[in-house]
Amino acid sequence: MATRAIARPSQVGAVKHDETLSEPRGLWSWITTIDHKRIGIMYLLLSIFYLFVGGIEAGLMRVQLSHPDNTFVSADTFNQLFTMHGTTMIFLAVMPMSAAFFNYLVPLMIGARDVAFPRLNAFSWWVLLFGSIVLNLGWFTGGAPNAGWFNYANLTSSAFSPGHNVDWWVLGIQILGLSSLATSFNMIVTIINMRAPGMGLMRMPPFVWMTLITAVLIVMAFPSLTVGTTFLMFDRFFDTNFFVPEAGGSPLLWQHLFWVFGHPEVYIMILPAFGIVSEIIPVFSRKPLFGYSAVIFSGIAIAILGFGVWAHHMFTVGMGPVPTSVFALTTMLIALPTGVKIFNWTFTMWGGHLNLKSPMLFMIGFISMFIIGGISGVMHASPPVDMQQQDSYFVVAHFHYVLFGGSLFGLMGAIYYWFPKMSGRMFHEGLAKAHFVFMFLGFNFVFMPMHWLGLEGMPRRIYTYSEDTGWAGWNLFISLGLFVLVFSFILFTVNMLMSLVAGEKAPSDPWDSDTLEWSIPSPPPFYNFAHIPTVTTRVPLWTEKYPDVYGTGAHGSDSEPEMHNIYPADEEPDASMHMPNPSIHPLILAFGITIGFLGLLIHPGVIVLGGAIAFIGLFGWVLQPAVGDGESHDEHDPVEPVAHTAR
Amino acid sequence: MWTFLASDCMFFGALIAGYMVSRNRSVVGPYPDDILNIPFTSLSSFVLLMSSLAMVLALSAIQKGRIRLFRIWVMTTALLGLIFLGGQIYEFTEFKHEGLGLSTNLFGSSFYVLTGIHGTHVALGVTWLVALFLGSFRKGLVTKASAINVEIAGLYWHFVDIVWIIIFTVVYLLPY
Repeated sequence: MATRAIARPSQVGAVKHDETLSEPRGLWSWITTIDHKRIGIMYLLLSIFYLFVGGIEAGLMRVQLSHPDNTFVSADTFNQLFTMHGTTMIFLAVMPMSAAFFNYLVPLMIGARDVAFPRLNAFSWWVLLFGSIVLNLGWFTGGAPNAGWFNYANLTSSAFSPGHNVDWWVLGIQILGLSSLATSFNMIVTIINMRAPGMGLMRMPPFVWMTLITAVLIVMAFPSLTVGTTFLMFDRFFDTNFFVPEAGGSPLLWQHLFWVFGHPEVYIMILPAFGIVSEIIPVFSRKPLFGYSAVIFSGIAIAILGFGVWAHHMFTVGMGPVPTSVFALTTMLIALPTGVKIFNWTFTMWGGHLNLKSPMLFMIGFISMFIIGGISGVMHASPPVDMQQQDSYFVVAHFHYVLFGGSLFGLMGAIYYWFPKMSGRMFHEGLAKAHFVFMFLGFNFVFMPMHWLGLEGMPRRIYTYSEDTGWAGWNLFISLGLFVLVFSFILFTVNMLMSLVAGEKAPSDPWDSDTLEWSIPSPPPFYNFAHIPTVTTRVPLWTEKYPDVYGTGAHGSDSEPEMHNIYPADEEPDASMHMPNPSIHPLILAFGITIGFLGLLIHPGVIVLGGAIAFIGLFGWVLQPAVGDGESHDEHDPVEPVAHTAR
Repeated sequence: MWTFLASDCMFFGALIAGYMVSRNRSVVGPYPDDILNIPFTSLSSFVLLMSSLAMVLALSAIQKGRIRLFRIWVMTTALLGLIFLGGQIYEFTEFKHEGLGLSTNLFGSSFYVLTGIHGTHVALGVTWLVALFLGSFRKGLVTKASAINVEIAGLYWHFVDIVWIIIFTVVYLLPY
């Protein structure tokens, strides 16, 4: 048994198939679900929806900018469009899409049956849904947020933004912060406490490591944003003076609070993609990850350094030579661990048997595009250069190369790679490759010329420009290039929908992968693992399939056929298994909190109403037994205090 | 819970930093020197610190399985917390009478928001403790085996206390 990656516990077969072990169906079961896989899929669908919403906002802006002196949208609408494009893409598309994979994959990769706090997990999703609705309510009530995604004070004060526009942003972001924090607490506890036997920290898949680091970053960075938005909320709703210069308040305080959150946020968005790349590249190179420890430790280094670079967004405010030099230096330093990772991925491919399936193509796209974004990023680290580029299209090009060319390429590749596992169907490989080609071309058509426009002096966030600036040509090119990008996402949608309906049935391990989620059927049963596996190496499934190459050395003493336990689909689940109850209370609590926040805009009575609804949800949550059979299981009780603290 | 506390640490860190930035920048009175009543707040701070002692005794009681003793100490903790909150409400009303409103000046804004958010934390803690107290009458909810629940509540309570020590120092004791 010692050689087996997935050992088989002795007490098998004493299970009767009562109803607690069959998966519930129907809409109601999705509303009350606390299954991490379903929540992950709900995250994914919501984030794809908002990806398209953000894309439409970008498209409208590109139509407006395609010709000089265009009047397709008004200046105010344009302000709302770019504010909501940025906010939507960051908080409602990229972060939830990463969270989708955290939720779906982490328990599977570490060999657990669910996350540590399943109901808190459902709560996170509902809060995300309601928060996203609040954020977008402005579109239907006379004006969406329009002060830019970083909402610099004191442009956002009641004096300069009298409408409700900024209010929607403040409330939406407060609510969304709750969701991110709850997910992060959940992921940290899950990863620390629920790993399968034998999976030491340094045997965790790199994606799990990056999830852990990202969760810690969220936990440490979001409070700063919460404080900033709390100050802003008080300024706007209760006439306090935090950001009012006439009363002695400091608008710069907002910039500091925002970027102390805002820069780690950049790594919150890119580290999950780093993890994805570190999973997919080895599988399609037929080689283990080159320099596993270096990848992990450089991830940690990025996270730590990420807290020491926020003021590089603020070189132009004139902080003085010493702070400016320090922040320039730390910013350049952060390129080192990032560069280490790039080398690791490249050397993983070097000498491997490359298998250029569509997920791998996205990974190669990721690396190449991310390098371009990284290099233009290091250019900004130099204050004199930065002062030239500040708020120009060069910056727009830079962060789209890291966020779109980086995060989104990674996440798209991840969708293809894990689609068979999630849906149980294979996608159309040809269409997927076409999607990659058009997305790659379209992406470069759109964002590469922005570098040149920026260097020619085109500022970001202008709703139009005059003929004699000479910017018309490239702007038209960019706007046309967007159609290529849009076409690629149409291919993506068609491929996904077609495959969901008529795709081939996916085997449990279509890519010959190395991590535990591929050892169980596609889609996985709701209890994930019939038996919690035991892990002996970093590549548990390869150890199982290729013991000669990846074995632990003690191989040979076991005469049972090795393949028996790789696909234990036919095995009966453990008798001792307790799956958590479905629960409606997270929804009620999330709904109550949202109503409470909205009360700030409507009437104090509504705050009380929201509080009451939240209290009912919380009360029901605490009193509902956490686990299946209605007994009180003490080891699961820590769920309750977290229910309190999540507020 | 530790991760939550780390996060809350950052939260108060940023809040206090915000207070420090806004310190001494009010352009109209009343100024802190005119209004802060240090002896009174020292007393209520002492009450809050004593509640931490009671919390430790409550935890020790439940770990030994002495449920009656636990109920006494956990209610003592909650009561001391309530006394602190009462002191804060009295203080706020007093300041309001002396002309310091939330929007009067920068000191008013930052003072009320910082101490108010801390007060909210104390109020949440009191609710939590009362819930534990009531829960101890339900069979099997608060027992020796689940002393970890009390311990977690205790961690939160001590954290809120420690934060108050910092706030008290920064807001009241540092000379303006």
